[in-house]
Amino acid sequence: MNKPLLSVENLRIEFPTRRGTLVAVDDISFTIDPGEILGVVGESGAGKSLTGQSIIGLLEPPGRIASGSIKLNDRRLDNLPYAQMKKIRGKEIGMIFQDPLTSLNPLYTIGRQLTETIQTHTDMTGKQAKKHAISLLEEVGIPAAAKRIDHYPYQFSGGMRQRVVIALALCVNPKLIIADEPTTALDVSIQAQIITLLKKLCADHGTAVILITHDMGVIAETADRVAVMYAGRLVEIGKVRQVVKEATHPYTKGLMSAIPSLTHRMEELTQIDGTMPRLSDIPKGCSFHPRCPECMDVCKEKQPELIDIGPTQVACWSYHDRQI
Amino acid sequence: MLAFIIRRLLQSMIVMFFVAMVAFLMFNYVGDPVHQMVGIDTSFKDREVLRESLGLNDPVPLQFVRFITNAAKFEFGISYQHKRSVTGLFKERLPATLELSFVAAFLSLVVGVPMGVYAGIKPDGWLSKIFMTFSLVGVSLPTFLIGILLIYIFAVTLGWLPSYGRGDVVNWGWWSTGITTWSGLKALIMPAITLGLFQLTLIMRLVRSEMLEVLRTDYIKFARARGLSDRAIYFGHALKNTLVPVITITGLQIGSIIAFAIITETVFQWPGMGLLFLQAIHNVDIPIMAAYLMLVAFFFVVINLIVDILYYVVDPRLRLDLGKANGA
Ligand SMILES: Nc1ncnc2c1ncn2[C@@H]1O[C@H](COP(=O)(O)OP(=O)(O)OP(=O)(O)O)[C@@H](O)[C@H]1O
Ligand SMILES: [Mg+2]
Repeated sequence: MNKPLLSVENLRIEFPTRRGTLVAVDDISFTIDPGEILGVVGESGAGKSLTGQSIIGLLEPPGRIASGSIKLNDRRLDNLPYAQMKKIRGKEIGMIFQDPLTSLNPLYTIGRQLTETIQTHTDMTGKQAKKHAISLLEEVGIPAAAKRIDHYPYQFSGGMRQRVVIALALCVNPKLIIADEPTTALDVSIQAQIITLLKKLCADHGTAVILITHDMGVIAETADRVAVMYAGRLVEIGKVRQVVKEATHPYTKGLMSAIPSLTHRMEELTQIDGTMPRLSDIPKGCSFHPRCPECMDVCKEKQPELIDIGPTQVACWSYHDRQI
Repeated sequence: MLAFIIRRLLQSMIVMFFVAMVAFLMFNYVGDPVHQMVGIDTSFKDREVLRESLGLNDPVPLQFVRFITNAAKFEFGISYQHKRSVTGLFKERLPATLELSFVAAFLSLVVGVPMGVYAGIKPDGWLSKIFMTFSLVGVSLPTFLIGILLIYIFAVTLGWLPSYGRGDVVNWGWWSTGITTWSGLKALIMPAITLGLFQLTLIMRLVRSEMLEVLRTDYIKFARARGLSDRAIYFGHALKNTLVPVITITGLQIGSIIAFAIITETVFQWPGMGLLFLQAIHNVDIPIMAAYLMLVAFFFVVINLIVDILYYVVDPRLRLDLGKANGA
């Protein structure tokens, strides 16, 4: 087995508030290999975005990494000084946000935003950077790139802007891209195009991707592995094919039964009865137990650890005897 | 762009036309100009001759046309109190007011914007808190009080700066300036601070709140995620996005600075237009009042035009809208 590109160990993210500390992400660990696509799913508020932000070092205060570590190629990122983290951002880890309409500065041409980013991380001259920018725009499928480079964001449609955003995130070939719901804000007809583009580009460049989404269908089509989050914890992680075929955690099973057929994609995750608990009152034991159809006595008392059961890793008492 | 400027120029001319109308009405209906110009002992006949020679017996529309034509050349006749041409009086006074106003505006920008940027970037820093407290003082103290306070401290108590007047001035053609002489500069400091302080705090608060807003936007987060330098993020991306409101307010404020220079000029006995205007009001010196009105309106119009052009330069989206609006 080759070495992982990124490894997150026992990551815990807290928000100190007046009424005590909220634990938004609790003890999650996972790894990503170079070039791999890891899908991250979970209900709204599960902690997906926070996990992504903490990896690229952009957690917004008062949120903070309370414990655990994040390593990129064996280099710890979580305690890196600000100035050094800046050299990682964009260069080694890129990020794509949800809304392409607001991700670009409206007052600068896309060319300026591209060349600025390229020149921040390389020694290219203005001319070289521009040439590189044009080739990037061509790569993400912007027609007449040489002309369009001098246009302002408002002159592009939403789908085109997200292509520009992807070009920006990829412009100095980072090894990892964190895509936080990159298509949620887009028209349904364009979503598939953007996902396909992202997948192709990352395959071409050998870029690993953390793909955060609500859309199990997208994950099933795109990702190599999938991580399922619930109330700040990782409940299951494994190969997509395996998880789709035979989910183990009751929560994942609920999610999977909601995967629409690939031709007829549905908007949202299905309805498992009940709602995710608020961070301020996460129940004792397994946080999913009040909604779990397979709840046992032990689930109400003790929190299950994420254990390896061969095909996947799962945090559920039902599988504890199968640990390997 | 050209179509846009021409359209704005036309609008400006309409505004000026209406202001001229007000000035004209003031001329004709506030007091009797002849009465103001002559002594008590002038005979009725002489008065009629003067009236005729001034054209005051012509039909009103004709008089108005004449007024406008003269106003366009900035000729408003003879001041009643000074018995001199109004144009000449304003030529003497205008440089003092403009110099004071622009130094005050400049001061409020070069100090206010950086303070606002800092307070926006570090909203919880102790320096930001000092700035905010200071700005509260600037907003709430009336101008004349600030002026008097400054005079008390720096002129009366410490004796560092002169308490009134313009100091030595140098003439460049008909334009006189105090900024090239040491005593002129010293005389300028306190009036400029007094006049600019309110705008300074206003601009600082505006920039701060706009910065706070802009720094929360997605494009700033994305710029951070791309690893851009702090300087590029704060000054390249964030500050530029705060410019449109800052330009608007600054534009409006420069107009008010010129208009409100009256108070500062009074406190510091600054020999500008404001002081001239105030004396004119006391003496119902209509030509000066009319000229002042027209001039201040003219400045407002010009500044608004500049502001509109600056918008156009700063925000590409407006170029599109304007292009559409003009059918260009
Ligand atoms: N500044 C904050 N103070 C307190 N709690 C916060 C703060 N920011 C985020 N949270 C909490 O952290 C939790 C996780 O947020 P996160 O944005 O990671 O969710 P998510 O899984 O990305 O959800 P979504 O699908 O809606 O994007 C949420 O419950 C949210 O309420
Ligand atoms: Mg999110």
